[in-house]
Amino acid sequence: MSVDKKTVQKIAHLARIALPEDKVAPMTSELNGILEWIEQLGEVDTKGVEPMTSAAPTTLYWREDKVTEGDNAENILKNAAETEFGFFTVPKVIE
Amino acid sequence: MSELTKLTIAEARDALRAKKFSARELAEAHLSEVAAARPLNAFINETPDVALKQAEAADKALAAGKAPSLTGIPVAIKDVFCTKGIETTAGSQILKGFIPPYESTVSANLFKNGAVMVGKTNMDEFAMGSSNENSSFGPVISPWRAEGSDENLVPGGSSGGSSSSVAAFLAMGSTGTDTGGSIRQPASLTGIVGLKPSYGRCSRWGCVAFASSLDHPGPFARTVKDSAIMLQAMAGYDVKDSTSVNVPVPDYEAGLENSLKGLKVGIPKEYVVDGMPVEIEKLWQKGIAWLKAAGAEIKDISLPHTKYALPAYYIVAPAEASSNLARYDGVRYGLRKSPEDGGLVEMYEATRSAGFGDEVKRRILIGTYVLSAGYYDAYYLQAQKVRTKIADDFRAAFKDVDVILTPTSPDKAFGIGAKSDDPLAMYMNDVFTVPANLAGIPAISVPAGLSGDGLPLGLQIIGPAFEEAKLLNAAWHLEQGAGFSATPKPWWKG
Repeated sequence: MSVDKKTVQKIAHLARIALPEDKVAPMTSELNGILEWIEQLGEVDTKGVEPMTSAAPTTLYWREDKVTEGDNAENILKNAAETEFGFFTVPKVIE
Repeated sequence: MSELTKLTIAEARDALRAKKFSARELAEAHLSEVAAARPLNAFINETPDVALKQAEAADKALAAGKAPSLTGIPVAIKDVFCTKGIETTAGSQILKGFIPPYESTVSANLFKNGAVMVGKTNMDEFAMGSSNENSSFGPVISPWRAEGSDENLVPGGSSGGSSSSVAAFLAMGSTGTDTGGSIRQPASLTGIVGLKPSYGRCSRWGCVAFASSLDHPGPFARTVKDSAIMLQAMAGYDVKDSTSVNVPVPDYEAGLENSLKGLKVGIPKEYVVDGMPVEIEKLWQKGIAWLKAAGAEIKDISLPHTKYALPAYYIVAPAEASSNLARYDGVRYGLRKSPEDGGLVEMYEATRSAGFGDEVKRRILIGTYVLSAGYYDAYYLQAQKVRTKIADDFRAAFKDVDVILTPTSPDKAFGIGAKSDDPLAMYMNDVFTVPANLAGIPAISVPAGLSGDGLPLGLQIIGPAFEEAKLLNAAWHLEQGAGFSATPKPWWKG
């Protein structure tokens, strides 16, 4: 499977990365180079094989449902580019 | 004072406890080496004030006779570990200026054991790279140069600042993260020891995430014994990392010199690749001889799916990265670019376009594509199944052998810029290291010899999950056999 320029622009939009017009062609050919190379995985017979979803067989532990940390809004907001009234702010979303 | 920087962690620990010099003297000796080594660009942030403050505390602890293992030992921390109140960038412009309000578990464990931090080391952006050329703070230069050459070489990646700083005697040990080889490959290229522990052995909490199921924090040091001391301090169960595994941390230093009698070492026939220099194959044969001489039994084995590890990795890792890196949206931390008259989506797109470098963008796009509707089964699911087959290969092998010996990297250090135009050629650097990440099993690179032109080459030992003690024991014997003592000439001092 290979991707065309239109698909690359669509992926870039899905990934929320602005891709200037002059970068689309080089990115398309780089992605195709990589995709062509990973195609070889199709050769492996994986019928009946379970996908590996965890690198170590662990089960999530249970803990008491109580707040262990909190009351540090000021610290959390400290790294934001813009805040107001103790909130993160974003450009207007609803007209 | 520079003699102090040549000591191993074990030697310095004992000398500090015997009051032969102070932690402050040791810190100052290292800080002056750090300042003299700026041409290497190994640090994104030097932290001399932190180091001196920690050294003062270390001296107090030593005077009180309450000095844990790393008291007063100067270490460097990869800039992927969040350090409370100290800028942490992961090598990216998108995190420039980010001051974590918390401390990563691994760095906290080191500090709890008395370590002294000399700085935050440079790295490939978000740990994506094998040469450290993808850092948005400029490439790290290896302290090593080929004989008779003044060409700048790569220190390996992605933990290139951590490998360079230990190889150049700027720190006695350092931390790294290894997602596809990012500790072992730079260790091999700079002539030091790099250990990737089992998945779940060292907590990932507070580590800037790249590919969560593949990221492994681990240590760099100049000897196997020092690596054992570092791992001892870094490892352990952490409730804050849901993938941390609750098994006791054994005394890694205690069993180092145990006899290898009866240990079975597997030699996988698939670990020979086209274009691999003959000198690396020869070194591998020497490694076999050294372990044999130490009493080990050598067995030929097969890991049939080895060649599929790298392509499987380049689906799984970008897929996880595209999801992990979605958090950089210009809202809660990091860079924000707001185009005029733009809305929320335009802000996201402009921020991420300006903040991420080319390789990061490439991997996010690959990851987004393989996870998108219609391609998920063909790419991502298939890669996860191949990952099972690769882990099965190791499981089967470890029924017959205790550990596996291979080269660490198919090549020695290369020149800055030599592979940067060809992403696939760069990816090939990790062909021998990636399988252990997919399987989540521990592996260590030990410096074993020099290339014809005087550059370090490493050998890798791979072991079963949570058998770090066995791995370190075999690595110690490999180190004894190799007797590697070469160090880089300090050209950076002019």
